[in-house]
Amino acid sequence: MGRALINVPAKAKRGEIIEIKALVSHPMETGYRTGPDGTLVPRDIIQRFVCTYNGEEVFSADLFPAIAANPFIAFTTVATESGTITFRWIDDQGRGQIETAKITVE
Amino acid sequence: MRRPPLRAWACVAALVLGATTGLATEIPPAQRRSGFDDMSRESQAMQRDDTANPGMLGVLEGETLWNEKAGFAGRSCADCHGDARASMRGVAARYPAYSAEQGRPVDLEGRINLCRETRQNALPLPRESREMLALSAYVAHKSRGMAITAGEDPRLEPFRARGEVLYRQRQGQLNLSCAQCHDDNWGKQLAGAIIPQGHPTGYPLYRLEWQSLGSLPRRLRNCMVGVRAEPFAPGSPEVVDLELFLMSRARGLPIETPAVRP
Repeated sequence: MGRALINVPAKAKRGEIIEIKALVSHPMETGYRTGPDGTLVPRDIIQRFVCTYNGEEVFSADLFPAIAANPFIAFTTVATESGTITFRWIDDQGRGQIETAKITVE
Repeated sequence: MRRPPLRAWACVAALVLGATTGLATEIPPAQRRSGFDDMSRESQAMQRDDTANPGMLGVLEGETLWNEKAGFAGRSCADCHGDARASMRGVAARYPAYSAEQGRPVDLEGRINLCRETRQNALPLPRESREMLALSAYVAHKSRGMAITAGEDPRLEPFRARGEVLYRQRQGQLNLSCAQCHDDNWGKQLAGAIIPQGHPTGYPLYRLEWQSLGSLPRRLRNCMVGVRAEPFAPGSPEVVDLELFLMSRARGLPIETPAVRP
């Protein structure tokens, strides 16, 4: 897969609701479009996005062909403890991309 | 990309029906504004936030390409130009610039390909390729916030003038010039969209309709297909002259690359 841009606050207070934003580069080819030679361009989309906070799943989403290229996902969670937030995207080819971000909770 | 370019057609049709035939008058400098100001608040927020702006994905990729060795010379952009943050600062704001070897102006994409061919001994990148867009976005990003200064070189004057002729020339089956929309009727409604002044402040930019980065020549093609004219060939002298005129017309406005547009 390509590149990702993650926005996680570096610091948060315990119990605070934090917003997390994740943008990943992906063509999200629907499988319904025809190429220059008239044949269908094979489907290639991200199927699933999972976010874990210190190993525990806090958010996940199933993605479908109607979602635009370079999907941008924003969601909130509660800052419980310092640690690592991991993002995982899995596409049709079974390729995955993993990004991590650190957060300090005071 | 996924949608047929219906909007452009509808827009042009609406203008023709509106029958606005005016005199091509230049926009006074104080009234010049970027298309950014006419966007929705949501699109503006997307452009402002570097972690939400999908154009930044291209800039990131461009950074990798900048440092990657290419061609038989085995040299990267960084081997000659060093840190782009210093060496490329303000470069995009003055392009298209005069090239002494070519004897005519070249745009940023043309410059990158000249470098590839003469310094790196590499094949030129196709104009609308992912790599070219990423590399030019990376270079132009280094001028973000700086005022456009293109067209100051006196050697550029004949080319700028030719670009202006193309800008004011009626063309296509709909017989419309660029100026009729972007000088005479900017700010008015064309179907659902507001007609911008047409200042190329943020190229290459991420168009939500394209779902990708795209160059200024691609945007010009869009307009030309809209008025049912034969688009200029990519990288042709006409395109560069028109780009030069548009950039000198936008003088003073800040570079926004990578901009986001609907």
